[in-house]
Amino acid sequence: MNNPDHTIGTAGPILEYIGLERINGPLLAVQGVKGAGFDEQVEIVTPDGKIRHGRVLSISDDVAVIEVFEGTSGLNQVTTRVRFLGHPFEIAISREELLGRVFDGLGNPLDGGPTFSEGTRRDVNGLPINPVARAYPEEFIQTGISAIDGMNTLVRGQKLPIFSGSGLNHNDLAAQIVRQARLLSDDEGFAVIFAAMGVRHDEAEGFRQSFEESGVLKNVAMFLNLADDPAVERLITPRIALTAAEYLAFEQGMHVLVILTDMTNYCEALREVATSKGEIPSRKGYPGYLYSDLASLYERAGRLQNRPGSVTQIPILTMPDDDITHPIPDLTGYITEGQIVLDRSLARKAIYPPINVLPSLSRLMSDGIGSGRTREDHQNIANQLYAAYAKARQTERLASIIGEEDISATDKLYLHFAKAFEQRFLKQKYDENRTIKETLDLAWQLVMLLPEQELTRLKPEEIKTYGTMKHPPKVGDVNQKMSD
Amino acid sequence: MNESPTARQLTPTASQPVVTMVSGPVLKTCPSSSLSMNELVEVGKERLLGEVISLDGDVATIQVFENTSGISPGTKVQGLGLPLYVELGPGLIGTIFDGVQRPLQYLHHQWGDFIQRGRIGNPLDRERLWDFSPLLSKGEKVASGYILGDVVESELVTHRVLVPPEIEGTVDLIVPPGKYTLDDVIANVKASDGTIHALKLFHRWPVRKIRPYAKRLLPAEPLITGQRVIDTFFPLAKGGTAAIPGGFGTGKTITQHQLTKWTDADIIVYIGCGERGNEMTGVLVDLPQLLDPRSQRPLIERTILIANTSDMPVAAREASIYTGITIAEYYRDMGYDVALMADSTSRWAEALREISGRLEEMPAEEGFPAYLASRLAAFYERAGQVETLNNKKGSVTLIGAVSPPGGDFSEPVTMHTKRFVQCFWALDKEMASARYFPAINYLQSYSGYSRKVEPWWRENVDSGWLELTEKAMQMLQEDAKLQNTVKLLGEEALPDDQKRIIEGAKLFKNDFLQQSAFDAVDTYASPQKQFLLLDIILYFFDRLAEVVTVRIPLFRAMELPVVVKIHRLKFTHKGDDPAPFLAIRQQIDQEIGTLLQQHHESSF
Repeated sequence: MNNPDHTIGTAGPILEYIGLERINGPLLAVQGVKGAGFDEQVEIVTPDGKIRHGRVLSISDDVAVIEVFEGTSGLNQVTTRVRFLGHPFEIAISREELLGRVFDGLGNPLDGGPTFSEGTRRDVNGLPINPVARAYPEEFIQTGISAIDGMNTLVRGQKLPIFSGSGLNHNDLAAQIVRQARLLSDDEGFAVIFAAMGVRHDEAEGFRQSFEESGVLKNVAMFLNLADDPAVERLITPRIALTAAEYLAFEQGMHVLVILTDMTNYCEALREVATSKGEIPSRKGYPGYLYSDLASLYERAGRLQNRPGSVTQIPILTMPDDDITHPIPDLTGYITEGQIVLDRSLARKAIYPPINVLPSLSRLMSDGIGSGRTREDHQNIANQLYAAYAKARQTERLASIIGEEDISATDKLYLHFAKAFEQRFLKQKYDENRTIKETLDLAWQLVMLLPEQELTRLKPEEIKTYGTMKHPPKVGDVNQKMSD
Repeated sequence: MNESPTARQLTPTASQPVVTMVSGPVLKTCPSSSLSMNELVEVGKERLLGEVISLDGDVATIQVFENTSGISPGTKVQGLGLPLYVELGPGLIGTIFDGVQRPLQYLHHQWGDFIQRGRIGNPLDRERLWDFSPLLSKGEKVASGYILGDVVESELVTHRVLVPPEIEGTVDLIVPPGKYTLDDVIANVKASDGTIHALKLFHRWPVRKIRPYAKRLLPAEPLITGQRVIDTFFPLAKGGTAAIPGGFGTGKTITQHQLTKWTDADIIVYIGCGERGNEMTGVLVDLPQLLDPRSQRPLIERTILIANTSDMPVAAREASIYTGITIAEYYRDMGYDVALMADSTSRWAEALREISGRLEEMPAEEGFPAYLASRLAAFYERAGQVETLNNKKGSVTLIGAVSPPGGDFSEPVTMHTKRFVQCFWALDKEMASARYFPAINYLQSYSGYSRKVEPWWRENVDSGWLELTEKAMQMLQEDAKLQNTVKLLGEEALPDDQKRIIEGAKLFKNDFLQQSAFDAVDTYASPQKQFLLLDIILYFFDRLAEVVTVRIPLFRAMELPVVVKIHRLKFTHKGDDPAPFLAIRQQIDQEIGTLLQQHHESSF
């Protein structure tokens, strides 16, 4: 990183200036800059000779405003030198130097290994994918978690965030997904890119251990900006991670799962910079371009028609005060293809994973499931579970007012269903990896607790095939299903 | 970033503007004397496309439709002498454009999987040959809007080649029938002052200017969407305006897609404004495969797509709405009924806000610029049914999705949109959570067209339509009131005559309002089917009253085999043939009759 190759691409000349006009929070301003461009990468040489990194946020005839990823403390106005590198923030990546490694938030090695040297230099901002070039995501990924596979199915190339709250075990869930996520017919290369933004040291270490124990570590690259690392650096970490993911997916043909955690910290860093710059804030002080900025990250997921690999994203964010209408989860939900929502009241009932299926959603589910992919009854049984659980939750509210004794017999069955659904379907062990067939059969056992006339989302022939059996049906396993 | 002097044949003069400031998609340039308001410009040697959005003293502010990374002060700016325009001519149908009408299929073919900046292609294919048949002959007097001739653009659309607005005179030359490219001159029109206008198959029109028409008409025909809750309760009229507000996950996009697929407009313009890339791909994959229920031709043959996904530059997102509506107006001028879907207008408003913020304008509500309301009003006013300049009837119907933050309808975009639209289809989070789709909340939604389209239903479907819909709505309203009691006391606490309303409404909600977008039969319901289904459910509801009057417990009626048949009706019949519905009606008569009789006998 410290030895950029200036001859590549459309790079302009390196310009160096000494002395700063102004230092304000994470920003500094340099006067009289000629020839530097917007969004250009910058190196700042501190008075004691160390190098920090930054990027041009705005530039005019007289002043260039620069955000410094490592923070501005220790800089002075007189002897600080600023170098404009003539190109946007770039990173050189090669597969060999990437996988099985741990880096800091700017891509410098933390594991004592070599710095990136080989490989083409890439602009970390990426380029928008032409919608014409995309292939529609429709390949089912089995995570082994019933609430996801059965009701909020993940497909290759999807971006499906986890909306969590402080103190909920979203990290365990993310780690479990990484360990278990497989395609039904998966022998191809897969990789995991893990980008941490402002997470605690023990959280990052927990992920590393979990990867190590399950033997996937050699396929993982970790980019860690920890809680005590500079906040502004968080703005670049996910971009480096996604650049690496795109390289592995679209040039090396791998299936890449990207975990971004915690997006709330990223957004706060963005707000900090915007506020320092004196921008007009929109909701809750976040800048008006928060949506566009988040989209420039989340949209870097998908599949391409002409290339074999895929980028699947699982961003994690903690909802401030568990408020799903807060701008961060709100704008995220508008960009991503659904969301997995964790719920504190389920967690208090000791249900892991505490996924509240009602506000959760996978927008790409209907295309990734069904006959030939999972099983033909998948959509309907999932809808039936949703409808029944929604009704059961209403019934619970009613029962809490008038008492369980006074509700109708059918309503009592709904209460029973809700309990069974939470205890048997949602709840599973940290290492419990259910096949999609197990998940669907379990779903059938649960809905059959209800009287048949309540099952309006299911077709009679489906009830005949799947619903009437005491034990799981002998229609063959899912792989057999797929071949017919 | 130094300009290399050979990079581009700009001839720098004293008045050539150069960039003085860059902040995101906004540039300031100086001097501004050679630029005019809303003029298109090219920036730097990469020729990034931009538009002048303000002139103040010697400084021009420019919004750039591409990523501005690397642009430095001193970069030269070239005015193009014309405002942001679109090319209008054969070849629009079936094409996907970005927000400033760059053809995405061509860009993909030419430059690969990612959109690189400065890569511009002609919006319309210049090499393709079109079969042109002239309809005018030499010596005829023409004015703007006259039809020069026809081009078969797709199996579904005959493209009428129009004399562009603001041209009038005598036809001096018109080519014989044959194959022509867009660049060929197909007619010369001699104006009264002697100037000769050479006309081609296409012309250009500035996107921010309304295309002229002869007269505005009042909307009176329904735009059939095949979605029961819309057509029956909250109908849309040709030339009308509608908004679909809803938080994320409430099914806005699915509803828009359903309308794109099944609406009985001649032309569909679909704008993906700041939305997901995969979604646009989904539309691109689906439309060539789905068949128009009327003509059995692929739907793509009547559709134009505009895609400015959320990762594409924000200024082009702002422009995409105007690009789309101008294309819609162009087809309207040929005498077609055009439906335009904008998903989502909130992203467009946010693009306005983002640019406004960069301009450091004084913000109004929630950081939106004060001109938000007037821009929204101007946009929705471009809808309408008109008499075109060539005395045909054409219409543009606008359907805008709104994405209110946190699903809160009191935010500025939803609030202002409500003021300018006639139809409001409110999507409901709770209904969506229970996977109740379309999640259009029938208590919050409204339509100003119900009475206006009633004559059409009376003439084409059944004279009792309005009465039935009002009866159904009344039942739902009563149900909503009773549900408050149910929430507190449970359904068991209600007497049977009130339970009848709950059960009737339940039947109606499940078997009529709820409609599956993924079921091959249910996804589209013809007006005929909607009426038959409505009629059957209300008939059963009426007969239940008899059961309740004689004090037969209601649950016994709800256990009748015919109820299951009613449940299945929407999935099993397309409604072309009323016979199965009549059979169900007879079965209702028979089973209720038996029930009443048994009761009658047992009570003696």
